[in-house]
Amino acid sequence: MRPEKITLNYLDLNLLTIESARNAVQERQITATALAESFFRKIQSEDGNIHAYLELSKDRALAQAARMDALADKGELLPPLAGVPLAIKDVMVTRGVRTTAGSKILSNFVPAYDCTAVARLEQAGAVLLGKTNCDEFAMGSSNENSAFGTVCNPRDLSRVPGGSSGGSAAAVAAGNAVAALGSDTGGSIRQPAAFCGVVGLMPTYGRVSRYGLIAFASSLDHIGPITRTVKDAALLLRIIAGRDVMDSTSAEVPVSDYTQEIGRPVKGLRLGVPREYFGEGLDPEVGALVQTAIQSLAQKCGCEIVPVSLPHTEYAIPAYYLIATAEASSNLARYDGVRYGFRAAEAGTLAEMYRRTRDQGFGAEVKRRIMLGTYALSAGYYDAYYLKAQKVRTLLARDFDQAFQNVDAIVTPTSPTPAFKLGEKADDPLAMYLADIFTVVADLVGIPGISVPCGQSREGLPVGLQVLGKHFDEGTILRVAHAYEHARAAS
Amino acid sequence: MKVTEADVLRVAELANLELTSEERVRLLKDLNSIVGYVDRLNQLDTTDVPPMAQVSDRYGVDQAKTSSERFAYASRDDVLHGLRPSLERQEALKNAPQSDGEFFKVPKVIEK
Repeated sequence: MRPEKITLNYLDLNLLTIESARNAVQERQITATALAESFFRKIQSEDGNIHAYLELSKDRALAQAARMDALADKGELLPPLAGVPLAIKDVMVTRGVRTTAGSKILSNFVPAYDCTAVARLEQAGAVLLGKTNCDEFAMGSSNENSAFGTVCNPRDLSRVPGGSSGGSAAAVAAGNAVAALGSDTGGSIRQPAAFCGVVGLMPTYGRVSRYGLIAFASSLDHIGPITRTVKDAALLLRIIAGRDVMDSTSAEVPVSDYTQEIGRPVKGLRLGVPREYFGEGLDPEVGALVQTAIQSLAQKCGCEIVPVSLPHTEYAIPAYYLIATAEASSNLARYDGVRYGFRAAEAGTLAEMYRRTRDQGFGAEVKRRIMLGTYALSAGYYDAYYLKAQKVRTLLARDFDQAFQNVDAIVTPTSPTPAFKLGEKADDPLAMYLADIFTVVADLVGIPGISVPCGQSREGLPVGLQVLGKHFDEGTILRVAHAYEHARAAS
Repeated sequence: MKVTEADVLRVAELANLELTSEERVRLLKDLNSIVGYVDRLNQLDTTDVPPMAQVSDRYGVDQAKTSSERFAYASRDDVLHGLRPSLERQEALKNAPQSDGEFFKVPKVIEK
C-alpha cells in the first residue's frame, strides 16, 4: 500500500546516503517520486547561490521514479540504487538531456545516446536529477572556467568548490544530490571532493568505461563517484565498473564487491608516506591535519606507517601539462561547427567558419591548452616536449612500482591548500596548475585514488586525505578510507 | 626554449584558431611562462627510458603476453552481418547547425 501522506521530517535530505535513500523507498517510507520531487524543490530553493546544476532532467527523473514506485507497489525487491537521486557531471552524455561540457561550443548539444556509466546507474534504479557545472571540457581546478558561470563552495560561498567536477562535489556537499559522478584527468574528482568536504574516488584507468565521456585527454580520463560516505563510493563503483565493449581501454578485470571489501580489517596494512608530499608549498594546517589522520590510522586502526620516496614527484606537473594538453589538442579538433554544437554566424569560407567557430566557441583556458598541446606536438618540438614528457611518465610509474613493493597503499594530502578564494588564481594559469600537484601523478600512472575528509582548518574549510593504491586494487584504498572515516567519527 | 610571436601564429594556424591581437599577446606571455616551467624536465636524463603513451601498455592484466595478445579481448572477428546499427540519419542530423535534411551543410568549399 502506497503511503498516503508523505512526511519528510524523519528523512533529512542532507544526511541521506545511497543505502538509506534506497531502503526508504524499498520499505515504502517514501515514494521515489516524492523523494525526487523534494530534491527538485530543494535544488530550486538552494542552488541559486551555489550554481552546481546546469540542467535539471525532471522528466527523465520522474519517469524513472515512477518505474521504481511501480516495482515497489508490486512488492518486488528493488535494485541497489532504486529511487536514489544522483547528479551527473556535464561531461557525460545523456540521451535527450542537453550536455555542454561547460562550453559555449556545445551550448545547444542534445546527445543521441547515453554514457555507459550513466546507463548502468539508471539500470540499477538511480534517478538522475540533472547535469552539474564544471570547468570547460574539465580543464580547470576551480570551476571558474565554466562558460555558464562559476560554482560557489557550499561551505563558504566566497571560495571555489575546486575543479573540474566542482558542480558535482558542491551538489553532494550541499545535500542537493545523494551522490554524483565526476571525472578525473588530473585530480578533478579528488580535489573538489576535498575542497567541499565529501568523498571522491578515482578508479584505476580502465576500471570504468569512458564511453560517452566527452574526451579531454584519453590516456588520463576517468569517471568516478563523489559521495557523502566511503561506503557509497564503494557501492557506486561496483555498479559502474567493468568491461564495456564500447570502450576498448576498459579492462577485462573482474569487479569485486567493494561494499564487502570495506568491512575487512585494515590491521597490519602497510601505508607509505612519501616525504616529497610534505615539503615546500604544503599549507601547514593541511599538513598537520593529514599527519593527525595518519597517526589515527596507525594508532586506532593498526596500520603500519612506512616512510617511502617518490623521487620524481616534482616532475609530475610539467609532464602532466604537456601530455594532457597534447591529447586535448587532438581530441578538441572535432569541434568545427559542422556536425553539432555552436557555429559562428559570419563566415564566407569553410576555413574561416572553422577558425571563427573555435575562436568564439572555446574559452580562454581551453584555447591556452589547445595552443600548448599543439606546440608540444608540432614539428621540431615533439621530441623535446611530448616524447620527453612520456618518458618522464615512465619514471613516475617506476616510482610507484618501487614504492608498492613495500607498501599496500600510500597516504598523502589531496591538495596542498584548502579551497581558495574565487578569483584568487584566475589570472595566473601556472599557479592554478600547481593546485593539482598531489593529484596528477595518479592519473599519469593510472592507479586509483580516493579523497576522504580529514577535518577542517581554523576557518572551517574542509581538508582531504588522499589514499593511493595499486592498479585495480580499489578494494584496499576503500578499506583504508572507510576505516579512517569510522575512526574519525568515533573520536 | 622561448616561444616567439611567430610560434604563436604558426601554432594558432595549426590549431585552427583565429586569435584576436589581445589573445595573441596574452598567449605569448602565458605560453612562455608555462614552457619556462616545463623545461625543468630537461634536468632528467631519460636516454634509455621508454615512453609511456598508455596506462594499459604497462599494466595490462597479463604481463606474460605481448601487447597485442594482451588486448585480444578488445577485438572481434570481421563479420558481414550482425553489427550494431549506426545512428539513424535523422538522429545524427538533429544537432547540425545547418543541414538540408540529408547532409550537413557548410560554406562553399570549391569555387566554380
